[in-house]
Parts: sequence; structure tokens; C-alpha cells
Amino acid sequence: MKYIDEFRDGALARNIAASIAGEVEAGLRYALMEFCGGHTHAISRYGIEDLLPAQVRMIHGPGCPVCVLPMGRIDAAIALAGRPEVTLCTYGDLLRVPGSKRQSLMKAKAAGADVRMVTSAADALGIAAAFPDRQVVFFAIGFETTTPPTAVVLKQAKARDLANFSVFCNHVLTPAAIGNILESPEVRQLGTVPLDGFIGPAHVSTVIGSRPYEYFAEEYQKPVVIAGFEPLDVLQAILMLVRQINQGRYDVENEFSRAVTRDGNRKAQALVAEVFELRPVFEWRGLGQVPYSGLAIKQAYAAWDAERRFAIAAASVPDHKGCDCGAILRGLKKPSDCKLFGNVCTPDNPIGSCMVSAEGACAAHWTYGRFRGAA
Amino acid sequence: MCLALPARVLELLADEQAMVELGGVTKQISVALVDDLAVGDYVIVHVGFALARLDPEEAAKTLALFAEMAAAS
Amino acid sequence: MKGPPLDFRNGMVDMSHGGGGRAMAQLVDELFIAAFDNDLLRQRNDQASFAVEAGRMVMTTDGYVISPLFFPGGDIGSLAVHGTINDVAMAGAVPLALSASFIIEEGLPLADLRRIVLSMAAASREAGVPVVTGDTKVVERGKGDGLFITTTGIGRVPPGITISGDLARPGDAILVSGSMGDHGVAVMSQRENLGFATDLKSDSAALHGLVAAMVAATPSIHCLRDPTRGGLASTLNELAHQSGVGMIIEETAIPLRAEVAGACELLGLDPLYVANEGKLIAILPEAEASRLLAVMRDHPLGREAAVIGRVVEDRHRFVQMQTAFGGRRIVDWLAGEQLPRIC
Ligand code: SF4
Repeated sequence: MKYIDEFRDGALARNIAASIAGEVEAGLRYALMEFCGGHTHAISRYGIEDLLPAQVRMIHGPGCPVCVLPMGRIDAAIALAGRPEVTLCTYGDLLRVPGSKRQSLMKAKAAGADVRMVTSAADALGIAAAFPDRQVVFFAIGFETTTPPTAVVLKQAKARDLANFSVFCNHVLTPAAIGNILESPEVRQLGTVPLDGFIGPAHVSTVIGSRPYEYFAEEYQKPVVIAGFEPLDVLQAILMLVRQINQGRYDVENEFSRAVTRDGNRKAQALVAEVFELRPVFEWRGLGQVPYSGLAIKQAYAAWDAERRFAIAAASVPDHKGCDCGAILRGLKKPSDCKLFGNVCTPDNPIGSCMVSAEGACAAHWTYGRFRGAA
Repeated sequence: MCLALPARVLELLADEQAMVELGGVTKQISVALVDDLAVGDYVIVHVGFALARLDPEEAAKTLALFAEMAAAS
Repeated sequence: MKGPPLDFRNGMVDMSHGGGGRAMAQLVDELFIAAFDNDLLRQRNDQASFAVEAGRMVMTTDGYVISPLFFPGGDIGSLAVHGTINDVAMAGAVPLALSASFIIEEGLPLADLRRIVLSMAAASREAGVPVVTGDTKVVERGKGDGLFITTTGIGRVPPGITISGDLARPGDAILVSGSMGDHGVAVMSQRENLGFATDLKSDSAALHGLVAAMVAATPSIHCLRDPTRGGLASTLNELAHQSGVGMIIEETAIPLRAEVAGACELLGLDPLYVANEGKLIAILPEAEASRLLAVMRDHPLGREAAVIGRVVEDRHRFVQMQTAFGGRRIVDWLAGEQLPRIC
């Protein structure tokens, strides 16, 4: 597969790894956060940690839209799906995510709810067109990458005046969450959480560009490298961060120049701006209430907003008391530090958000990496 | 987070749709978010939408950088 | 006595076809017996009665539920024959006979049923394993997914062969008979909601001929298993668990078609968890691996056979994979069913 296989070459990886090992300086610390679950997944799946010198430590960030979706929103979706007139469409990722009381959309489906898996927002619209007597709700999640497709579909619904379609919007913003982590007292004042650099998600930046990260680099004096999700991309980004740290720089660099520009996809940005507006505050599982971190559907599209149509109330449901996700998402703890990890909480029976999606830090560690701790 | 892949545009279709190919698998996607695509272009596809065009020159540069490292070490 | 023949062009199955009366007898005669035709079936008893040789027998049963009923490279009928023959063969046994039970949903077009039964009969004839007894039931509309088939198979294990999932030993080699994931991807490509197309066909095939050649050449084979549901990864985990061992496989050694890799990338699936219906895993002492590999590659169903790894001592019973990339990772059991993902 062109533009994929070349970026998975193991021999080249060892070369980059050798450069990293050769360039890290004694006495310097390289605690690097990959914000995005896609990177977490790549690091675990390809065993990248095995290729890194001990001084380089990867901290898994909160960048998985499934993991950060608060339980209250899952509960709301399950309640929606339970309405007899509703067909709830959503991405496969969400079907198994547990809400409170151990419910999930999968279980709701087994109990008779009309829940359909789609691989594109456009398919949800297609289902609405095909079944005019059903109330078709698209349960939308995702970061800046997934938002423009939802915007396109909302515009089409309006243009076609599809009255039986609506969107339950849970789109969230990457920079807001990074800002929240950097602002947390552990990072800002106490310095208990070492954070020396960030790997930024390439796919988000195909849309928003690299510019939004310039503020972080400047304000918090941390280097940022925007990187693709193939293993060589990740390694190269680590090398670029090591070099910035060695030189005391904190610039925004772009490893994914093959599809990311400084400005991003203006057309997609304009569409998103036309359809969505900022919520003053949105809850993230693990991080809590984060100001200006989520999107809501604008008044002009209110008729297609499931939250308005079905009067969905905001309910906050606390996470399991023993779950350390919040600390893990901010780099304070590792998955294996959690008392529930691997005994009570496994991918078959996830307790917290980090175990829910394949990209969550706990799930990735369980699925690909747990032999590391087991001697 | 966002599973997105480079795929080659095989055919441009009506209604801002296109047929793309990846490893012998074809898929119809929306190109509503990217203007002026041509057959043969590579695009980054996510949830059935093209998000950006892939720049072959930049990809070649990145790969050349890896290769250089191979030569150096 | 005899009414008009069944309308295989426009007719549909209805409740009377399962009612035990004349309509059912007609369906059995005109379709099932005509298609599967053999001496035992022609006796029209409720059971097949035949002599058996002394020795160890194996018996297995499997229910087939698949949507869609027809897919590139096969259908539920051929699958029900191949799958059960393979389960018999994975004990190193020679399959002797099959039974088939059909649960048909009212409204299934007779044309579809006929196509499936004919394909099933062709598969059984080609494999040389007759369907010697059967049963038909019809359920009301909405209570079945068109058609469910359960097949049971019996077979005889040649003397001197002991093959079982708990016999893998550290030092053994692990082989597969060909490319992984073809069946699962071919079936998924027919599901409308996944929205992709490929030329790939299911690998559905009866493996007893390959197995016969294998056990003849290397009777020391420890384990055989076909990696169906859950794919290579889940099956290796089963074997590691049963045998109380660990395994290390090499990603680069696992045969994989480009289309399978491509479709899995698109859907966010791992090809190691995708189903096969015409492939097997063999585990045997390392010293015999190259002989077995040569025999497998000589057989049409084992052309792409490969040694993919080895059995190791590991009290955690982990299956680990040396990635193409040079790292190492766990290849775990599947958590639930593999679902396409966007992140
Ligand atoms: S192991 Fe489970 S309970 Fe513990 S932090 Fe991870 S997700 Fe939460």
C-alpha cells in the first residue's frame, strides 16, 4: 500500500532509533506526551518503546474521542436508542462503550433498540432518507478530523429538508484539551508531571493546520511536532523533539508535511464554522469540565440538533472510584499503577475510559504490552 | 484517534463523490471537503470523506530523510 | 397423489414445507434427496445405518449462520460442508459422513434454497463425504435469518495418529497453510454498511485431502486447527492455553493478501482476527517442519504454506509477535467481536 508500507519499514526504524539513542544527552530528560490515541496505539502495536533509550519516556495523552466521552453522554445515547421511534446510527467504536449501570449500545440493541453501525456520517443520512418514518439520530463523536464530515451531512440534511434526521453532537477540540493538561497544577507549578514535548496528531492538523499549536509552543515553552501515525512517523517525531530539547528550542515542527500545512483545510474549517459553535464548557471523561472544548450545533441548524429535538439533559455521571484514568490521561500515573488494571478492568469488561477503546492507554497496554511487566 | 488512510483517486463521480483504491480494495467516498481533485491524486480518507490531498513531493522528502539517516548510521 | 412440481423459479418456502405433510415430503424428495443422492439417503429412514471399522472415531457438529447467505467464493451450503469436514480433519481423521439440519425461515425463495442445496451437494461430492441423513424445519417469518444449517460429521482416525490442541510443546514449529483473513474480508465486502469492494474470494475449502497428505508424511504432528472465527490470533491463543505454552510468531512470515491488508486498514481491523474457512494451523516438532512444509506446498490448498513461528515455554501462555517493524507485542484474545472503528 503506497504511502503506508514505506512508513513501516523496520530497518529504517532501527536507523532512526539509533539516531535517537545517539543524540539523547546525558542529564537531559525527554518526557514526551503523544496527545492522540492513534499514536498510543501505534507505539504499543509496533513495540516502539522497545526501540527507545531509557531517557525517553512516552506519556499517553487523552486523545481518543471514545475514551473521553463522558458517561452521561453514553447514557443519553442509550436512552435515545430506547425510544421506539428512534434509529440510532453510530460508529462501531461506540457500541461497546459502557455507560453507567453497565449498559452499552450493544446491550441496548440486544434488548431491542434499533442501533445501526455506520462507517460514515453519510450512511446515517442515507438511512434517514431510506426510512422516512423513523427518527434517525446520528450519534456523532470525534475531534477536528471527524467534525467536518458531520458538518457536510448536516448541511445536506438541511438542503434536502430531511425532517427525520438529527445529530447528537459530541465533537470536541484538541487544542482545548492540550491547554487543559498544560494548565493543570501538576504540570504548571508543581512540576510533578514531567512534560518536555508534545507529539501532535497529523490527521487533526490536516484540517486545523499546524498553526493552533504555535500558541502552546510559545506560551508553555514546549516543543511540538505534528506527526503521522505510521511507526516511522512517530519515531521521526521523537527524534525531532529530542533535537529541539537538546537545542533548547520550542518550535512547532511538521513531520507530516505530506498532508499537513500551516493553515490546514480552509474549506473544512469554514464548513465547521458555519454549522457548529463553541460550547462554553464540555465534560471530558478523565479531565472533567473543560472550557470551550466542545462543539454544539448552531441555531441555524437547530432543527437537526438531536439535543434540542429530544430535549437531552446534561447529566454528569461520576466514574468508578478506583479508576485512575484521570491521572493516567494527564501523565501522573501509568496503567499498571491502577489497582483495577487487568483484574477487575480488562477490554472485555472495561471500567474506565482508558480501557474502553483500543486506543485508550490502558487498553493498548493490556492488549499489546502487558508482557513487559510480567516476568 | 482518527483512523485515516492515504488512498488513490480512481474516478470522480457526481455529487462530490469519488471512487478510491487502497491495496486492491475500492471504496466510494465524499470529496466535498477537498477541491480540485484529479484522478491519480492521493487523498487522506477518514470516515468516508477525503480530508486532504497528499503531496507526493513532501512524502518523497520525508522518505529521503529516513534514507539519509540510513546512509549516515 | 402427486401435485405440481415445486416452483423453483418464483416459489417460496412456507410453513407447510416444515409441517411433516405432503409439501414437506415433496421438498425432501425433489430437492434434498435429489441433490444429495446416495444409497443411505435413498433408504428414507430417520437415521443412516452403516458398518464402521474398528478404531478411533471423531464426531463434531457446527451451526452455520451467515449473512449474506451468498458470498464470493461460496455460500452457507458449501461452507456448512467444508467447515464440518475441516473440524473432523483437524483430528487427523478421515471424514466419513455428514448429517445436515436445515432451519428455514418462511419466505425464503425456493430458488435460493435450491442454489444452496445444490452447492452443498456439489461440495460434499467433491470432498467425497456424503450427507447421509438430514432434517428440515421451517420457522415463521422474522424468527430466522433466511436459513440456518447445522452439519454433524464423523470420521475415523488412522492408527498411530494422535493430534490434539493440548499437545503443543516448547520447541515445536507453527505452520499455516496459506494466506490469512480471505474469508472474513470476502464476506464483509458484501455487507452494505461497510461500503467497500474487492475481487477477493472466500477461501472456503475442504482440507481433509491436505491433512491426509500431511499426516502421512509427518505422523508426529502435535496439533491441527482451522483458524475460523476469531482468526489466527484467537486460535493460537486457544492452543497456547490448552497446551500450557507460549508462542512467538513472526509478522513478516504470515501470508496476507494485499486486499485483506487494505480492507483491514480501511475498517480498522486486525487481519489476524479475521476468519478463515479453508486454512489450517499445524504444530509439530521443529525437526520435521521443513518436510511438512514441502508436503503442504505440494498440495493445491497449501501452496502458500509457511512456517510462522515457534512454541516456547511461558507460564503466562502469551502469544507474542515479532513485528515487521522489529518490536514485539502481544497477540491477545479478541475482546468481543471485532468491530470496524474510526479511531
Ligand atoms: S485500568 Fe481500568 S479502572 Fe484502571 S485506570 Fe485504566 S481504565 Fe481506569
